[in-house]
Amino acid sequence: MSDFFTSSVLVATFASAIRLATPYLLASLGETIGQRSGVLNLGVDGVMLLSAFFSYWTVLQTGNLWLAVVVALAVGIIMGVLYGIITVFFEATQGISGIGIFIFGLGFSDLMFRQQVGTPKPVQRLPSVDIPVLADIPYIGEPLFQRSLLTYLAFALVPLTFLLLNKTTFGLNIRSVGENPQAADSLGVSVERTRFAAILIGNSLAGLAGAALVLQLGIFQPNLTQGMGFIAVALVYFGAWRPLGVMGGALLYGLVNATVLQWKSLGIIPVSISDLAGMAPAIVTIGALILLARRVNAPAALTKPFSRH
Amino acid sequence: MNDQSNNLLEMRGITKYFPGVVANSDVDFDVRYGEVHTLLGENGAGKSTLVKILFGLYQADKGDLLLRGEKMEISSPSDAISSRIGMIHQHFMLVPTLTVAENVALGMPSTRRPLTDLDKVSKRISEISEEHGLTVNPSETVAHLSVGERQRVEIIKALYRDAELLVLDEPTAVLTPKEVDDLFVILRRMADNGRGLIFISHKLREVMSLSDRITVLRNGQVVGATTPDQTSREELAQMMVGRAVRLTPDLPPNEVKESRLSLNNVSVKNDSGTLAVDNVSFEVRAGEILGIAGVSGNGQREIAEAIAGLRTIEPDGLIEINGSNVSDTNTRSRRDQGLGFIPEERVPDGAIPEFTVGENLILVDHETDDFVSRGLFSFDKISEHSSQLVSDFNVKTPSVNTPTSSLSGGNIQKVILARELSASPSVLLACQPTRGVDIGAAEYIHNRLIEQRELGTATLLISEDLDEVLGLSDRVAVMYEGKVIAVVSGEDAEREKVGLLMAGVTETVDA
Repeated sequence: MSDFFTSSVLVATFASAIRLATPYLLASLGETIGQRSGVLNLGVDGVMLLSAFFSYWTVLQTGNLWLAVVVALAVGIIMGVLYGIITVFFEATQGISGIGIFIFGLGFSDLMFRQQVGTPKPVQRLPSVDIPVLADIPYIGEPLFQRSLLTYLAFALVPLTFLLLNKTTFGLNIRSVGENPQAADSLGVSVERTRFAAILIGNSLAGLAGAALVLQLGIFQPNLTQGMGFIAVALVYFGAWRPLGVMGGALLYGLVNATVLQWKSLGIIPVSISDLAGMAPAIVTIGALILLARRVNAPAALTKPFSRH
Repeated sequence: MNDQSNNLLEMRGITKYFPGVVANSDVDFDVRYGEVHTLLGENGAGKSTLVKILFGLYQADKGDLLLRGEKMEISSPSDAISSRIGMIHQHFMLVPTLTVAENVALGMPSTRRPLTDLDKVSKRISEISEEHGLTVNPSETVAHLSVGERQRVEIIKALYRDAELLVLDEPTAVLTPKEVDDLFVILRRMADNGRGLIFISHKLREVMSLSDRITVLRNGQVVGATTPDQTSREELAQMMVGRAVRLTPDLPPNEVKESRLSLNNVSVKNDSGTLAVDNVSFEVRAGEILGIAGVSGNGQREIAEAIAGLRTIEPDGLIEINGSNVSDTNTRSRRDQGLGFIPEERVPDGAIPEFTVGENLILVDHETDDFVSRGLFSFDKISEHSSQLVSDFNVKTPSVNTPTSSLSGGNIQKVILARELSASPSVLLACQPTRGVDIGAAEYIHNRLIEQRELGTATLLISEDLDEVLGLSDRVAVMYEGKVIAVVSGEDAEREKVGLLMAGVTETVDA
């Protein structure tokens, strides 16, 4: 255990926590925006799998990482359009539609991988970009300021999401259609358009989350996410639908994950129970959700399709 | 602007079909500048459909709409708002988690796009507040406002959008008599400033006091147009229903006997854990109706649920039915003690809408030998029993096998009444027994309650309709902020006095 409490190991653990938190944070911020508009998307994991595969494939074919990110974004937007049509225009039940999107994403990414790639081949990873001066600060320079652009983007999106939701007219529309769509409708705010836009933003961020995941690992395999998208949905509840709270959840999750990985490699956790220890992050999340369950206020119209009649 | 000869609004020959129903049939309706024009009618008479067409929520199948003399197509609420039509909906169209200013700004262009301009909005709200006497704090969250304040926010929303034609759909349903008076002063002033107001109501007293003109709808058609000085409440009721109705029930003298229901120091918490009923004691005796008057949200719902056994009371309280302590017993054993219960929410608390009329009629007794033989339902017995009740209680239904959801509100209420009264309750708890039901059905229900009183039932009547409480009760208890602040005998219960008590004013009562 004493091996763990050395400054180099702690810094490395913290750095890996930030890295691991990135895909969760991107996906949860997107899901937060969607849920604040009243739309639950349980398909996040499927969208992440699809975007992860297609951005991996793009790197395999072209070697261009930034093209891979653009492709992931495009996959997110396409899935957003699909989910928007299903839930907003056909007013389908959101829970089951999201599960459908997940199963589609899981199956289709698997199929494409087997058809087009077969055996996993590593690709180049997202380079880390040092921020001048700050990157050289002892202890915190490495974890915070020697990261990839997608990580910087994810954390920059926390205040931006806050501003979007609380300080813009679009954010006011999002919050009102998530709480009382009839009221918004009576004032001429288009519930359909607002929700559709929120779904598109949410799915775009899920797409970026997929890219962040695969391009940090540098490799793809079937079911790469192993339920990360579902954790991202849970983190929205954990964070009480607020960007800062969601970030706290993503960081906690990243930290528990990183610690477990570190302990495994240091032998603190014996190999015989290492699979069991892999459950720790999920248990921490469930525990936190139970503790926080009483104080949270979900958007009143969450999961409720809107129609005038 | 005050050209009285010109119509602000003209609706001509409006016809609207819904599957199987003609909601509006060739309706003509107009509003002049500077007047309050009332649309009066029963539920389902077509009032709401007509104004929803005006506000762009529905499209008319036939007919023309002229605004300020020009033909208009209004296909959405945004069209209506930009044509300076404002609507105050029966159920508040507010987002409770947002502030007053955010609610007002919603859907309006901002001067600081894409950011909101809430400072400017707040300033304008304060100006409107001052001009019209609508006091409200723009930065307060709507969830923290009283019902009366929310109503003001709704009006401010319309004025902020510079509405010239204002539709008010049953705006007084949730207000105290005092708040209604204040609202009417504001509305009258708005009309005097040249605006046109459409007032929708079925409360005849209010209609008579506020309206310049009255148009009565029945079954989707205009059946009459008049003014308050040419008509009376009785005549209006007759126009609405299509036959003569007695508005205030006659309460014949009756012999009052022993105490049947008694509450001692009963306190009850509401869902959010605060005290909704605060140390209340009273008793209801055989052969009397005790009415509880009060503005919605002063503990009536919680006390009813406590008596019915749906909500636990605080430890030191005591509820007795026919002398036995039922404080900690469940609903079933309270029913076995002789309690009948007509809940506030007809659906889903009083009847299960997906079930048939027959099934709802046996819902309480469905496990008894009357309807079960060898573990299975005996459908012959059920059908015989429920057919009898349907005819006894005048329920209008195609058959006892009709799903209850396809009945009108008044008929669902009769189903519940039939089920509860057929068990010959010795204590009857009747909550809002005529809310949202037609005048005809209300008259019937009132007569049934009086009949029960003559049979010696002890009835606790909880109602927000003050006329109903005053007309039916031997004694009136007024609830305010969880306390019974006064009990007056039926003969002494004057409308004004009880109205003041409902607002918590006790000082002037002795005067």
